[in-house]
Amino acid sequence: MRGNGLDELLRELSAIVGRERLVAHPDALRAYQSDGLTRHRAMPVAVVLPDDSAEVQKVVRALHGRRVPWVARGAGSGLSGGALPVADGVVIALTRLRRVLDVDLENSRVTVQPGVTNAQVSAAVAPTHFYPPDPSSQVVCTIGGNVAENAGGAHCFKYGFTTNYVCGVELVLADGERVDLGGTEIDRPGLDLVGAIVGSEGTLGVVTRITLRVIPVPEAQRTLIAFFADTGSAGEVVSELVGGSGVVPAAIEMMDELALQAVEQAVNPGFPHAGAALLVELDGPEAECAPHLDHVVEVCQRHGAEEVRVARDAAERDRLWRARKAAFAAMGRVSPSYYVQDGVVPRTRLAEVLRRIDELAAEHGLRVANVFHAGDGNLHPLVCYDHAKPGEPERAELLAAEILSACIEAGGSITGEHGVGIDKKAQMPAMFADADLEAFQRLRCAFDPDGLANPGKVMPTPRLCGEVPGPYRRHPLELAGVAERL
Amino acid sequence: MSLPSKLGVDASPAPATSGWPPVADVSQLLAERAAAGIPTRPRGGATKLGWGSCGAPPNGCQDLDTRSLTGVLEHNAGDLTAVVGAGTPLVELADRLALSGQRLALDPPLGFERAATVGGVCAAGDSGPLRHRYGAPRDLVLGMRVVLSDGAVAQAGSKVIKNVAGYDLPKLFCGSLGTLGVIAELCLRLHPLPAQTATTMIDCDDPATLARVCTALSSAPLEAESLDLAWRRGRGGVLARFAGERASARAASALELLAGAGVDGDTRDGDDEPLWDSQRELQRAPQGGISIRVSGRPTRLAETARLTDDIGAALVGRAALGLWWVTLGPDSDHAAALSLLRERLAPLPCAVLDAPEQLREQIDAWGPRTAGLVALERRVRERFDPAGLLNPSVPVGR
Ligand SMILES: Cc1cc2nc3c(=O)[nH]c(=O)nc-3n(C[C@H](O)[C@H](O)[C@H](O)COP(=O)(O)OP(=O)(O)OC[C@H]3O[C@@H](n4cnc5c(N)ncnc54)[C@H](O)[C@@H]3O)c2cc1C
Repeated sequence: MRGNGLDELLRELSAIVGRERLVAHPDALRAYQSDGLTRHRAMPVAVVLPDDSAEVQKVVRALHGRRVPWVARGAGSGLSGGALPVADGVVIALTRLRRVLDVDLENSRVTVQPGVTNAQVSAAVAPTHFYPPDPSSQVVCTIGGNVAENAGGAHCFKYGFTTNYVCGVELVLADGERVDLGGTEIDRPGLDLVGAIVGSEGTLGVVTRITLRVIPVPEAQRTLIAFFADTGSAGEVVSELVGGSGVVPAAIEMMDELALQAVEQAVNPGFPHAGAALLVELDGPEAECAPHLDHVVEVCQRHGAEEVRVARDAAERDRLWRARKAAFAAMGRVSPSYYVQDGVVPRTRLAEVLRRIDELAAEHGLRVANVFHAGDGNLHPLVCYDHAKPGEPERAELLAAEILSACIEAGGSITGEHGVGIDKKAQMPAMFADADLEAFQRLRCAFDPDGLANPGKVMPTPRLCGEVPGPYRRHPLELAGVAERL
Repeated sequence: MSLPSKLGVDASPAPATSGWPPVADVSQLLAERAAAGIPTRPRGGATKLGWGSCGAPPNGCQDLDTRSLTGVLEHNAGDLTAVVGAGTPLVELADRLALSGQRLALDPPLGFERAATVGGVCAAGDSGPLRHRYGAPRDLVLGMRVVLSDGAVAQAGSKVIKNVAGYDLPKLFCGSLGTLGVIAELCLRLHPLPAQTATTMIDCDDPATLARVCTALSSAPLEAESLDLAWRRGRGGVLARFAGERASARAASALELLAGAGVDGDTRDGDDEPLWDSQRELQRAPQGGISIRVSGRPTRLAETARLTDDIGAALVGRAALGLWWVTLGPDSDHAAALSLLRERLAPLPCAVLDAPEQLREQIDAWGPRTAGLVALERRVRERFDPAGLLNPSVPVGR
């Protein structure tokens, strides 16, 4: 978009949000060129920073009037290119919508604007309550982004994912209509549209207000880390704990040898040298944590744990979690570049798929570190490469894709929490047939028939929305009962 | 359409279920009906048909019996997942899973002859006391294969417990009352059967105490599996069920906690199932009566209990979730009771579930909803079923 059309658009947007909250200078726009997946970049024509949902609505309505595509953006920490701008489109940044609107602990609810960070939600309901889905990026990522990606985290093994906590949203549709879906109460009559919004990657509208369920903090927590010779034995522990020994840990996270080395260099937690580590957290009634902890220690030792360290106090617990949550960033210590993969396998196939990843890495002559939500079977292979070496980025990309194929072959999924975005749309056909994609498209067209909301994401090939899909539509005469069709 | 039941298919994991013949049959049947413009009402055990009844079904509306879609297609015990045909009765699934010490943690009332099917319960979004800990159908369904109104067969979700690839259509189909398509197969998340259970019971005769006990137990760090209340004619009680090896110890802690708050209770160690059966049954209307599901808030419990006394109704529900069912016998003025409930509890949604057919025609089953919401629902419904052939009288998008 150039010239007059662009000038008019900028004038209209600036009349809505004010000149200082409209970014259009190329230098300033550069900050919005990509999200956490920096391999992909695109220049929007403008970024708007609305202040409240009424402004979001006006902006979206203006863009609809001109049929300009747009992308909603939270903190831009996404790892699948979901917030990658559309070239010639507009970015709607929600970071100024960061008010906690209502805290209603008696009914276990908190209502926030989308730009509030994940960590701020838990802070708003502390110390009696907490918000369980805890992505490692929780200090920066926004609730709006979490809703769009159905974000997960370490504690989702016991407590469930974002989708299990969102009760209601206010949504601005691509035509500028503002609608309340769900609400404070559960099981409202009608379709579960909130369920469809969560995980829709910003393609069904802009979420401008969110009501979340929060829960009382557990009475006690116990955290331990166990070190093993290899991921195989750690994997056996996971299988046994998941398989219903009566103890449901709050979190079971695994790190392999390379990840442990990286973490050691980055945050220096003083871990021993090991082939794999399991971080296990138990929570619940005080009287039960102690026997459950003994049980977990026993299972680890039975499967050959070389050392088990139990956090003695909150500070030690924090140190263990900091090591785990720093793992992605820590990869920078052992590799010039790395690519974060996200795939899921049935938990009984973990050991087998980890072995396959090792083989694939060897075939490509690259190293892969594994840091992941073992209890959920959600792998995060970190493919290490050197962007300066010719051919390596391409090999890394190929390896990452082959890892996903291995996940699908094992009966899993191409993404457990980072989303499809731009990154994995090419792999969608490996998981879904044409008819499945067609069903997805029906939903998308119901919300956004003009294809303005985050176009080019999720679906492998661009599709247009017909007026009404389907092979058959009743003729008006038929509806009126005049004619019968047989 | 009648096909042999496939229940009891062996656990050897069928690699792909896409070729399951009953699905192809449903697809063909719907395609034929679509071509002929014949409306369809999917039916499972036919225990909740009224909830989204074809009202009096429009002329020519034909049923599609999902019980040809019966069977456990896969049971991956180590992963705690199973793929089942939508027409599988919940009771048969439970028996089958119990052999491996597992269960689907979904315990709605099973209806007449305990016929409720997995697909029917999910389509109706129904749940029971286990909702407290394990959630609704939406939280337990990992994936689905559905047949759309034109016969197209589509799959969404996955077979693993964590997946964000593609839109979450399984959530959308849960509670859609057959208006978006026929659910053919479901991939379910399972849980281990608990070794033991114990239930703490508290009786009381004033709504304020009822509410206070509910609050105390729902904020206590005891991790109950179910936390329910029941109230009728000025008397009621709270039930908290604990599961696992330490169930009785937890029940004892619950009693202690309540004693501290000046409330007495009792514990039943094991053998507590009948208590919970009766909670589930109270969600259904007595013959000729009505049941209304109130999407409530814990802070409005006491006033709701008083109100049910005023209209001569019974109240049952999930204490911590604020989800209640109000039921009335055959000899009351149902329409007046409903409007009083809606007026006094506003803005809490009050949805009519069971009701006599002639009443259904007089009332607005779902109560007020915003025009914007209804319009969006209509757009979704029209995209999935453009000709409006599935359960035409269900008020989705109306
Ligand atoms: C170091 C690191 C660790 C991470 N760890 C985890 C983890 O443990 N678990 C996990 O799940 N993810 C993790 N992530 C990924 C990322 O943080 C999450 O996907 C997060 O939910 C993105 O939030 P955001 O605010 O940054 O969204 P953005 O990246 O800005 O946007 C993500 C998507 O959401 C859409 N969107 C944003 N706001 C809205 C809105 N208000 N309405 C509609 N759509 C909107 C965007 O269009 C885009 O499609 C990690 C990322 C990093 C960098």
